[in-house]
Amino acid sequence: MTALLELEGVSKSFGGLRVIDGLDLAVNEREIVSVIGPNGAGKTTLFNLITGLYHPDAGQIRLEGRNLVGLAPHRITKLGIARTFQTLRLFLNMTVKENVMAAQYGRTKAGPFRSIVRTPGMRREEREIHQRAEEKLAFFGKRLMGYRWDQPAYSLSYANRRRLEIARAMAAEPRILLLDEPAAGMNPVETHEITELIAKLRDDGGYTILVIEHDMHVVEGISDRVTALDHGVKIAEGSFEQVATDPKVIEAYLGIGAAEEEADADAAPA
Amino acid sequence: MHLPLLNIIDTVRQLGWGGAFELLRNGIVLGSVYALIALGYTMVYGILKLLNFAHGDIYMVGAFLGYGVLSILGGPLAPTIAMVPLILLMFLGGMLGSGVLGVVVERFAYRPLRNAPRIAPLISALGVSFFLANSALLLTHGERFNYAMYQLGGDPNTGLPGPLNQPAFSVAGRPVTVVQVLVVSTSIALMIALTLLVSRTRLGKAMRATSYDREAASMMGIDTDRVIASTFFIGSVLAGAAGVMFGLYIGETYYLMGFLAGLKAFTAAVVGGIGSIPGAMVGGLLIGVTEAYAAGYVGGQWSDVAVFGILILFMLLRPSGLFGAKTIQKV
Repeated sequence: MTALLELEGVSKSFGGLRVIDGLDLAVNEREIVSVIGPNGAGKTTLFNLITGLYHPDAGQIRLEGRNLVGLAPHRITKLGIARTFQTLRLFLNMTVKENVMAAQYGRTKAGPFRSIVRTPGMRREEREIHQRAEEKLAFFGKRLMGYRWDQPAYSLSYANRRRLEIARAMAAEPRILLLDEPAAGMNPVETHEITELIAKLRDDGGYTILVIEHDMHVVEGISDRVTALDHGVKIAEGSFEQVATDPKVIEAYLGIGAAEEEADADAAPA
Repeated sequence: MHLPLLNIIDTVRQLGWGGAFELLRNGIVLGSVYALIALGYTMVYGILKLLNFAHGDIYMVGAFLGYGVLSILGGPLAPTIAMVPLILLMFLGGMLGSGVLGVVVERFAYRPLRNAPRIAPLISALGVSFFLANSALLLTHGERFNYAMYQLGGDPNTGLPGPLNQPAFSVAGRPVTVVQVLVVSTSIALMIALTLLVSRTRLGKAMRATSYDREAASMMGIDTDRVIASTFFIGSVLAGAAGVMFGLYIGETYYLMGFLAGLKAFTAAVVGGIGSIPGAMVGGLLIGVTEAYAAGYVGGQWSDVAVFGILILFMLLRPSGLFGAKTIQKV
C-alpha cells in the first residue's frame, strides 16, 4: 500500500545550516501522525517544505504518488494539503466566516467578469460556499457559530483563533491536514478539547492528520504513530510509548546523559 | 500694494454663492476623475505595498484609446453611430485596453521582482512610467488631441454645442451640464461596483486575504499571482475609465497628462489613507474640490500649490490619512 503522503530523503539547508537532513516520512490514509522534537529540530520547516513554501535541496515529496516538489503553494493546497500556523496567521481584516470562505477560492471558479455579472450559476456557487463555510464552523460546536460569523476575526479569543485556523484549513477541502502546534498557548480545558477535536477530525471528518505538538498529553492522546526529529534528523519513530522511552529522544530533550540517569533512577529501588 | 488675502476676500464676494457652487461643481467633477485613478493606486498598494508610479500613464493611455475609438467611429463631427453607443464604446475601449496594459505591466515589470527588496519594483514602476509616456510621445509626436465632444450633435455652422454640453439642470442659476452629470454618475457607479466586488465576491475575499498575508493566502489555495493580476486589471480599468471621462469633460489628451494627474491621484490616495478604498474616493473628491476653489479664489497658478500643500499637511499631521488602517493589536 502506498502512503497518502510520502517524503523520501528530503534535505533542506539555509546557508550552511542543515535544517532537514535526509528525512523519510510516510503518513497513511486516515492516520494521525505526530512530529515531536525540541525547538529548532526542523518541524515547522518540514511543514513549509510539504506546503511548497520552501523547495527541498534534495529528495521527493509525494501525495498519492504524485510529486509535489516545485509546485506553487496554492497548487499543493488544491491537490489536497492544508495547514495551520504555529504563529496564527488569520486574515484579521476579515470576518470569521469570510476567513473560511476565502480558503474555498481555489475550489471555485472566480473571475472578475463573472463576479460582476453574477450569473445564476454564480449565485448557486455563492450559496454553496456559504453553506460549506457554515458546515466547517459547525464542527467546533457553538464556539464559532451564530453572531460570531460576522464578527471580525481579530475580535476572537486566542483559543477561538486557533479553532478558526483549523476551520479555514478544512475549507480548502484537503485530504491531509497539517496542524502546527494546535494546543500551543491553550489552558488545560482547551487542550483537552483540542485533543478530542483532532480525533473527531479524523473519525468524523475523514481527514488524515500530520501534527506538530509539544504537549505530550496531546501527543499521547491522539497519535497512531509518533516521529521524533532532532537537528533535522529522524531519531525515533513508532508508537508513543516506543518514542517517549527511546534514549535518543530523552537525550534530545534533556541533554546527554539524561537517558542513563533515568535508567539508573528506574533501576534503583526507591 | 497688493495684499493677496484681501484679493481672495474680494474674489469670494464677487463670485457670490453662484460662483461658489460653480467651483464646487467643477471640483466634484474633477475629483471623481481623481478618485477613480486613486482607487488603482490604493488597491495596488494594498495588495503589494507598491506605489505604482506607472498608474498615471495607464490613465493617459486610456484617454488616448478613448480618442482612438472616437476617431475610428468618425469623430465628433461625423459620427458613424448614435451618441450613446459611441460613448459606451469609447469607455469600453479605454477601459479594456488600459486593463490589459495594466496586467502586462504587472507581468513583466513587477512580477519578476515579487521577492526583491521593495525599492526594486518602485524603480521598475518609474521606468514603466517613463516608458509609457515616451512611447506615447513617439506615437503622437507630442501632439495634443482634443475629443471636442461639444461638437458631437452640435451645429457646425453656428458652433452651438451638442447635447453633452447642454445644461442638465441648474442650481442657483448655474448650469450643470450633461457631461458633468455623466462623469460623476459613471464614477459613482464604478465605485459602487468596486465596493461590491471587494466586499461580496470570492475574488474580493481572495484580494483582501492576499493583501493581509500573501503567504498564508497561497497556502489556503489562493493563486495569489492571479489575484494580483486581477487587482491590476481592475485598477487599470478604473484608470482607463477616468482617462475617457477626462477626455469627454476637458477634451485635451497629450502624452504627459498622466504625470500630474497621477501625482494628484496619488495625493488623493495618501490623504484618504493609502490602502483604503473609501479613503481613495473621499480623498479624490477633496483634492478635486481643493483644486477648484484654489483656482477660482486664489488663481489658477495656485491650484497645484494648494493640492500638494494638503499632501504636506497630511504627512505632518495625519500620515495615515483620513481612513488610514488603524493597526489593531490584541492577544
